[in-house]
Amino acid sequence: MLTENEREELEKELGRHELKSSASVEALKIVQRYRGWISDESLRDTAVLLEMTPEELDSVATFYSMIFRRRVGRHVILVCTTISCWVVGYEGLLNYLHARLGIKPGETTADDRFTLLPIPCLGACDGAPAIMVDETLYTNVTEKSISEIIEKYE
Amino acid sequence: MNECPLTEHMRPDGGYLSIKEYEEKGGYRAARKALQGMTPKEVQQLVKDADLRGRGGAGFNTGQKWGFVPPADSSVRPRYIIANADEMEPGTFKDRMLIEGNPHQLIEGMIIGAFATHSDVAYIFLRWAYKLAAKRLEEALSEAYAKHYLGKNIFGSGYDLEMYLHTGAGRYICGEETALLNALEGKRATPRAKPPFPIVSGLWGKPTVVNNAETFSNVQHIINNGATWYKSLSRCADGGTKIYGVSGRVARPGWWELPMGTTIRELVEEHAGGMKDGYRFRSVIPGGASTEFLTVEHLDVPMDFESVQRAGSRLGTGMMIVIDDRTCMVGAVHNLLQFFAQESCGWCTPCREGLPWIVDTLNAIENGQGRAEDLEMLDSHTDLLWLNKTFCALAPGAMEPLKSALTLFRDDFMRHITEKRCPWR
Ligand SMILES: Cc1cc2nc3c(=O)[nH]c(=O)nc-3n(C[C@H](O)[C@H](O)[C@H](O)COP(=O)(O)O)c2cc1C
Ligand code: SF4
Ligand code: FES
Repeated sequence: MLTENEREELEKELGRHELKSSASVEALKIVQRYRGWISDESLRDTAVLLEMTPEELDSVATFYSMIFRRRVGRHVILVCTTISCWVVGYEGLLNYLHARLGIKPGETTADDRFTLLPIPCLGACDGAPAIMVDETLYTNVTEKSISEIIEKYE
Repeated sequence: MNECPLTEHMRPDGGYLSIKEYEEKGGYRAARKALQGMTPKEVQQLVKDADLRGRGGAGFNTGQKWGFVPPADSSVRPRYIIANADEMEPGTFKDRMLIEGNPHQLIEGMIIGAFATHSDVAYIFLRWAYKLAAKRLEEALSEAYAKHYLGKNIFGSGYDLEMYLHTGAGRYICGEETALLNALEGKRATPRAKPPFPIVSGLWGKPTVVNNAETFSNVQHIINNGATWYKSLSRCADGGTKIYGVSGRVARPGWWELPMGTTIRELVEEHAGGMKDGYRFRSVIPGGASTEFLTVEHLDVPMDFESVQRAGSRLGTGMMIVIDDRTCMVGAVHNLLQFFAQESCGWCTPCREGLPWIVDTLNAIENGQGRAEDLEMLDSHTDLLWLNKTFCALAPGAMEPLKSALTLFRDDFMRHITEKRCPWR
């Protein structure tokens, strides 16, 4: 069940669109902001508001890497794995995070604190290697700076 | 000193350039001038004469493209115009820097572009990861609305335009202009068949102009200073300046606004300060992940559309990635192809099935398990996934680095196969 707040925010967003279904991505992002991810149940409830079938909405949801159809931790660490970051050695960082947090890309720590995900180019290639934690971009990261960065997230 | 119309007004501290500051530096003068004193045809012609070529990768003459819109009296309404700032091409970060540094410049360029193409509604399609750019664009849009530079009867000209920001949710294919249309309509963002081209039948089946964010950022400068001035900024036949970038193991990775036609050598050696100590230049991908590798012999190639093409690659986004001598070329190609395989939208078979096959093969070669016949298999794929054999240009774009690496660095591939290991590891 969507909450009152979610419903209100969704209705407001849908009001901006002539055809409700054109707000699908915005709607999914709103629900994800409240819940961290899109469960089957929230997908069904959102689809009703968008006047789409759950299957239609899922075909949109599963298309995007930043719509999570599985539960994620309280914080998501995105590690850029494309060319400029590869050249300067993102792989070492990923190994470090693996050792430090005990999770591989795609996994979540047992305490639900972090999910680790690979991501293509963050548009910060002059500051490679680059990572993003939730909404914050970090550039020129090293093992040392990553270890300090993750301490900031409870 | 070079003239840098796109970047000169950005704040040195990297802060937000408000509408007040932007106007003090001459901002919105061009939009006022165009809407009050020019016809859409005149704007199209001026932009065409300036030889502004699209900065999204393909390099189509912008004024000429605008000339293809249906006539003003066509009853097909509303008509749309879209700034493509999806920017997910690995190695590329120019649109982000332009928007963060001067969001009003994009908005003003779009107002003029919209007026020139009789558009009623404008969208900025921005990549999800660009949080700061999104925040600044929201702020800039509300400032522009507050001053009635957007909305009804802009500058008393009788021209109306609504402008919205849309942020994506992470998929490279959304930058392809027809996939972008499906994304904006809230559908699964697979590309559409062309023709019809978006300029005839685009968003909701209505005429739609799609241009790159950097392309729009040039327009007001052409209106203010004229086509001759704009062409004089460049060192080649294409007009204007270009945002160039260099990443990789160079001393000072970064981005700069320079005359169109600046050479690779100047970019790497002067602006990026040469290679980092202990590394030598081996190769460069000149314009984002989907362009062919070039090597040392191409260092003096000017970075403009024609010259890079003649050298066997493409200017693409103009954002280059330098590969040094201590980096494995097979590994680099493997990394690039992994990106394309992951981002394939899955709509057509050669791309959906072919790219993972290529990635598996490259992985095997990289790990010393490759066989000589694998190279022929890879060669054949560069043909099977080439232009007109797949539904959109993603797969051929992926073949560009692969094909060129198989030619330029074939020995590196062979060494992996005969030595049964990666010699660079
Ligand atoms: C797979 C793919 C991804 C693309 N991504 C972008 C992009 O992120 N930004 C962009 O401006 N153009 C991108 N393009 C090119 C657009 O389809 C289109 O040609 C461009 O936006 C036109 O603008 P221009 O004429 O100003 O260059 C992409 C093309 C393909 C095939
Ligand atoms: S070439 Fe690839 S990205 Fe383009 S339509 Fe086919 S499967 Fe999709
Ligand atoms: S390749 Fe990592 S930020 Fe661009």
